[in-house]
Amino acid sequence: MSDTLTIFEKGREGRRAFVAPELDVPEKEGLLPERFRRTEPPRLPEISEPEIVRHYVNLSKRNFDLDSGFYPLGSCTMKHNPRLHERVAALPGFARLHPLQAPERAQGALELMWNLERALSEVSGLPHVSLQPSAGSHGELAGVLLTRAYHEDRGQTRHKVLTPDTAHGTNPATVTMAGLEVVKVGTNADGGVDLDDLRAKADEDVALLMLTNPNTLGLFDPNIEEIAKIVHDVGAILYYDGANLNAVMGRTRPGDMGFDIVHFNLHKTFTQPHGGGGPGSGPIAVSDRIQPYLMVPRVVRRDGGFDLDEDAPKAIGRLRGFQGNFGTFVRSYAYIRSLGAEGLQDASEVAVLNANYLLARLRQECGDLLPVAFGELCMHEFCLSGAPMKRELQIKTLDLAKRLLDHGFHPPTVYFPLLVDEALLVEPTETETKETLDEFAEAVGKILAEAREDPEVARNAPYDTPVRRLDEAGAAKRPVIRQPLP
Amino acid sequence: MSRYTAVTPDDLREMLATIGVGSIDELFDRQIPAGVRLGRRFDLPAGMPEQAVYEHLRDLAGQNTSTEDEVTFLGAGMYDTYVPAIVDMLMERSEFLTPYTPYQPEISQGGLQVMFEYQTAISELTALPVSNASVYEGPSAVGAAGYLAKLANGRSKLVASAGLHPHSRETLRTMATGYDMEVVEVPLRDGVTAADAWASAIDADTSAVFVQQPNFLGAVEDVEALMTAAKDSPAVCVAQVDPLTLGILKPPGECGVDVAVGEGQQLGNRLDYGGPSFGFFAATEAYLRRMPGRIAGETRDVDGKRGFVLTLQTREQHIRREKATSNICTAQALNALGGVVYLSWLGRRGIVELGELLLQRTAYAREALTALDGVEALHEQPVVREFALKLDAPVERVIARCQEQGVNPGLALDDDGLLVALSERRPRADIDRLADVLGTAVAAERRRVEVSA
Repeated sequence: MSDTLTIFEKGREGRRAFVAPELDVPEKEGLLPERFRRTEPPRLPEISEPEIVRHYVNLSKRNFDLDSGFYPLGSCTMKHNPRLHERVAALPGFARLHPLQAPERAQGALELMWNLERALSEVSGLPHVSLQPSAGSHGELAGVLLTRAYHEDRGQTRHKVLTPDTAHGTNPATVTMAGLEVVKVGTNADGGVDLDDLRAKADEDVALLMLTNPNTLGLFDPNIEEIAKIVHDVGAILYYDGANLNAVMGRTRPGDMGFDIVHFNLHKTFTQPHGGGGPGSGPIAVSDRIQPYLMVPRVVRRDGGFDLDEDAPKAIGRLRGFQGNFGTFVRSYAYIRSLGAEGLQDASEVAVLNANYLLARLRQECGDLLPVAFGELCMHEFCLSGAPMKRELQIKTLDLAKRLLDHGFHPPTVYFPLLVDEALLVEPTETETKETLDEFAEAVGKILAEAREDPEVARNAPYDTPVRRLDEAGAAKRPVIRQPLP
Repeated sequence: MSRYTAVTPDDLREMLATIGVGSIDELFDRQIPAGVRLGRRFDLPAGMPEQAVYEHLRDLAGQNTSTEDEVTFLGAGMYDTYVPAIVDMLMERSEFLTPYTPYQPEISQGGLQVMFEYQTAISELTALPVSNASVYEGPSAVGAAGYLAKLANGRSKLVASAGLHPHSRETLRTMATGYDMEVVEVPLRDGVTAADAWASAIDADTSAVFVQQPNFLGAVEDVEALMTAAKDSPAVCVAQVDPLTLGILKPPGECGVDVAVGEGQQLGNRLDYGGPSFGFFAATEAYLRRMPGRIAGETRDVDGKRGFVLTLQTREQHIRREKATSNICTAQALNALGGVVYLSWLGRRGIVELGELLLQRTAYAREALTALDGVEALHEQPVVREFALKLDAPVERVIARCQEQGVNPGLALDDDGLLVALSERRPRADIDRLADVLGTAVAAERRRVEVSA
């Protein structure tokens, strides 16, 4: 039971882990006027080092993680995180490099950023890159602000942003933050953009279309060229949400599909470990017509070396401090150099192969109880509907997900995208073996067979986890979001 | 097959047969229209074995001058703070490093409890009741506070002290063009926010006011007085604070601040040339349901066991979509773990002791440097860990001379100013060395100027 105490509850007055360096200068009184002084120290834990270690190591054991098991979380690309990347990111020349060090004394870091920009440019088919944004949603914000700047520079005020109803929630949230208005575009019977609806809504007031391709159903929109044409014909910009880029590396590129702006999720496609909710990184690549507005500072080549340039009169400014999440650049650059042109393509090919194989295996195991929502084949992920399962077996998608926990698997993304009833979004990634995919499919099959006998088992799952189903409604109704202290 | 994939020729045959296609090409060609296929290999270098990648990266790292290679007094938002070994060890554990955001709380109790503990630590530091589980970093947290204000009161003007870090001011301006707000900047006088200009800039249209403590020039601001000046307006009172000074400086919650934000790097995170670190975001109870980002909350499971979940999610983008309080989802959970481990290591007394040490060493350094010929204080305000000087010599050239001697004296400011930062890793001997090297460099530059005149 003691492992559910917080570090604050474990502290005892007088214990400590930190020993301050000695005061080696003459002590002076009155350096800080009393009115600026804190009177009571913050009640941080008082605890010894061994107890800190034990507390957090024991907490870590209450987490499921990618290094221990299969994690087919749709739209999150939970691929293996090579340990080499942690080693190189920790090299003192990177890890202990101050962000305001003079560029001539940070040439290795700037060269790495330059090389990564060039590689991302090639992967996306767009010529200019900014590594600055800290996550996909931050990249989206950059993209919408760039679009506004582009139109405003042409004397145009355009208010609308078109997004499909399958879009990630970050797309509409970003649009509002950037002062524009969301207009939803419908989905056709094949799971793609409804072209008639798009044509009806594409007018001179549209600033931007935000699209994920393959979309959040795991489907590559076969009408992508027509979509791009419709949007370009009204003078609007095309934005590519790169959350699903892992499906297409070496096969097709957003720039070649007609997109002007793309964001990358380095924590998805390019192996930055997700850290239980970050750090991430959301670089963007843009076309020539967007380039003048790109954020500063920019990495430039100058006099045989590299420099940071802030001199860009049309730039939208900056979206955060310093140069971005540089540590994530080191890891993603190491990944790109490890795999090279062929390896990146192999990654996407195996990601798509694995997804289609798992989809086929689930068809074998689950028949019509868990049908794919749209289409026959898929790209790197696929969306199942749990509606027939719910009808026939009286267990919901949530119950299936919770029962998978007892089988040692992280469940897929559930109840997203919103337009699929009882949705399960499954993304196995390329780094899983066929055996793992088979085991997962068999586990799902077993859970359905078990539910046919007794649906209560799944409805009350999980059983073998550190805690069982939690009262989320109660937590939101009476929020306790910090440890109360005496 | 690369070293991270595992499809053998036999696997491939079986898998394609199960799918019912003849080849991987068929899988792609049946889905991607011919007109947009790449049709060639990426123009990228070939892949390399692990050891070759390591050596390449080691060579790039070796071209940088890190804080291990020189005695540095650079700060201005990120500081050369000692990171205890247990932080590295815990941040590298697979169980913290490799999970996604805790969407399945039953198997994410470790990460969720860490968030809850982190929120408690930030709440204690800032003396504000509510903290989220982290945002990206400092300056974008300032911008996020602007958006909170916009949603809270819909007014049109943001009043920002020029004592705010330049990156915070630039980020706020960029983000404010998105939510259609104007940013009015209030200048400094004698190193701190000019009180009369501040008061007259705040009116009924003011959505939020922003100060930094200590400010960009290291000066301790009278935050309480500045916030009092805004109390009759609708404005949300925002302070960007240096978390490591909060052991000794009056916390924002006791100065009338509604929203405290800041950069968390020096709480157990590496410099990493600017990130990843974390930003913190704390507020009064009134703004709980307007906070951006993830928040962990305590609850019970069906057996009555204590547990933690992500809570108040109806604020967030995946539920509220265009009406969300922010678009943020992935933030900096792992770095926030580093933050709470560091704060536990420092402890209730350590954070005060460290603050006092910085205060004393900074005072010593300021006295030693302003005693040099051609060097004077840019302001006389109280300082805690950073202070600004004015040189009677070209600052860039002075810095270059110092760096040739293995000392980085700080950040160049406009008009030959120099911003000098201390950390607990700079003992008296380093400060004496800085005084020696800086004095010599300034003298040499003044001679050079005289000769050329």
